[in-house]
Amino acid sequence: MNIAVLVKLVPDTAAMIRLNGDKSGIETRDLNWVLNPYDEYAAEEALALVEKHGGEVTAVACGGDDQVEALRKVVAMGANNAVLVKREGEYDQLASAKAIANAIKDRGFDLIFTGYRTTDDDSTAIGPMVASLLELPCVTEVNKLEVGDGTLTAERNIEGGSEVLEASMPCVITAQKGLNEPRYPKLKGIMMAKKKQIETVDAEAGDIRTATTTMDYPPERPAGKIVGEGVEAVPELVRLLREEAKVIE
Amino acid sequence: MSVLVYCEVSGGSLKKASLEALSEGKKLAGALGGSLNAVVVGSGLDAHIDAIKNHGAETIYVADSADHENYVPEAHLTAVADAAAQASATVCLIPATTRGRELAPRVAVKLDAGLIEDVTGLTGEGGTVAAIRPEYAGKVYRSVKANTLPMVVSTRPNTFDAVADAGAGARVDLSLDYSAKAKVVETRKAGGEKIDVAEADRIVGGGRGLKEPENFKLVEDLAETLGAAVAASRAVVDSGWRPHAEQVGQTGKVVSPTLYIAVGISGAIQHLAGMTTSKTIVAINKDKDAPIFKVADYGLVGDAMEVLPALNAELKK
Ligand SMILES: Cc1cc2nc3c(=O)[nH]c(=O)nc-3n(C[C@H](O)[C@H](O)[C@H](O)COP(=O)(O)OP(=O)(O)OC[C@H]3O[C@@H](n4cnc5c(N)ncnc54)[C@H](O)[C@@H]3O)c2cc1C
Ligand SMILES: Nc1ncnc2c1ncn2[C@@H]1O[C@H](COP(=O)(O)O)[C@@H](O)[C@H]1O
Repeated sequence: MNIAVLVKLVPDTAAMIRLNGDKSGIETRDLNWVLNPYDEYAAEEALALVEKHGGEVTAVACGGDDQVEALRKVVAMGANNAVLVKREGEYDQLASAKAIANAIKDRGFDLIFTGYRTTDDDSTAIGPMVASLLELPCVTEVNKLEVGDGTLTAERNIEGGSEVLEASMPCVITAQKGLNEPRYPKLKGIMMAKKKQIETVDAEAGDIRTATTTMDYPPERPAGKIVGEGVEAVPELVRLLREEAKVIE
Repeated sequence: MSVLVYCEVSGGSLKKASLEALSEGKKLAGALGGSLNAVVVGSGLDAHIDAIKNHGAETIYVADSADHENYVPEAHLTAVADAAAQASATVCLIPATTRGRELAPRVAVKLDAGLIEDVTGLTGEGGTVAAIRPEYAGKVYRSVKANTLPMVVSTRPNTFDAVADAGAGARVDLSLDYSAKAKVVETRKAGGEKIDVAEADRIVGGGRGLKEPENFKLVEDLAETLGAAVAASRAVVDSGWRPHAEQVGQTGKVVSPTLYIAVGISGAIQHLAGMTTSKTIVAINKDKDAPIFKVADYGLVGDAMEVLPALNAELKK
């Protein structure tokens, strides 16, 4: 099985996010960078499938040289190949997706895994976009997957329940938490990843359709109050919810 | 110029998020000087047409067939693209539900349009679209504008008001030609009549402070009294006490209910990321220095196992 995993490096979710001086973006100095948490599930699923069925895993990242770190993290987990789709400057989702789709379209992947969402721009676009660009089926937010002969069965949570989907392969799968337990890279893998040759291709992306005007902090919540301690404070809490906040009857 | 809203019917009901998108679409159409139209796909849709009409749709494109009882992603994609072409849509609004999160990016590719996802603010001044969207789990907000039209925009559920405002509601039936490379073969409802966290207007969230899974009974009881959904911190989801579908936070669901009661939750930055846009936040925690109190409108310092039964009893009075 020939599998691609699309990955991105993002700030640690515990990080304080500060805006830069002209509020055009975030201050990237002093941030701790990690593999997008959902991409770990994507990578784990790809690696486990290849261990079971044979084949190769190729990690693909689109961005500047900093994204090489994302690729090395997946190689350390066990990926066989790493491709950087190189581009600089502001991109939007469609441009990134086109760059990625163009870079992988002729590589004969049976499955393409992505995270279901990134924890930086909080978008959920790249997987479905790459699927549409390559005219492939796409199953999103998958938390259980069974791969058969040319078809697959996947489960996901939806509002108020869950659903089971069947799809033909090749297919794009976006990984949700619950799909698996990602492995920790072993020391040997980390050493190998450091020396890994990264293939670089130039991005072919097309126009950028959106532009950032500015960035801001969310409105601050006004300081709250401590109503009191223990069971004695319960009647006052309920009174405030009824009469002041008016959120209960 | 026209605005097209994808109205989601799933599990036999029209999602409230669709009505919110229609109302927002109506304002946008007004600002852009165009009409508001809707597209809906599924089976047995007659029951939902009036609600769509009453929320401002001038033309409603309907793909109703027994084949669409189960969700077929490509069929919905084709329907939206067909309707967008017929309505000469310059903006396509799609609620950012599970389905919308996959549909919106695919519609953008099909229309070769830009995409702005999960917006919490939307305007149409100067003949173009501008939006605000939370990023880094709500730690910062980005203002974005469209460089070109058409544009696909997905709207965050529970953020915009659904306002009744009748449109002409002319019905146009669509016949679809699609390939189904992926399809839903089975749908399961979560146990009983449980309210989904993502859609709930009131939420009671429990964390590790509840000490053991059995004590979630206290959270469930309070939730039942309030007609609220139960949510959980990642700590208790990772411990297997609660399902991931209930997790709120950066790697769970982002919610904005009217009332969020956090019980035995410390208020880690990743949890706050999922709930600080709630209207009123109540925190119940034994530690008066817990970070959750910094975002809570009302805090109560105390032992959850004592406070929850008392609170439940007081509310029932
Ligand atoms: C990549 C990443 C993503 C994450 N995503 C999420 C996410 O989406 N959602 C999320 O919630 N977390 C997330 N986390 C985890 C987060 O950092 C915290 O570990 C987690 O939120 C803590 O859960 P908790 O508040 O239940 O537990 P704790 O932090 O252990 O807090 C328990 C609280 O209960 C209080 N308490 C104890 N006993 C009692 C009692 N008897 N009565 C009342 N109060 C009591 C304590 O004072 C304490 O404040 C993520 C972490 C990482 C690294
Ligand atoms: N620049 C990128 N390079 C490679 N993969 C990406 C990139 N951006 C996003 N992805 C993949 O697409 C998923 C969803 O991304 P997004 O739509 O940007 O939230 C991520 O989890 C990654 O798997």
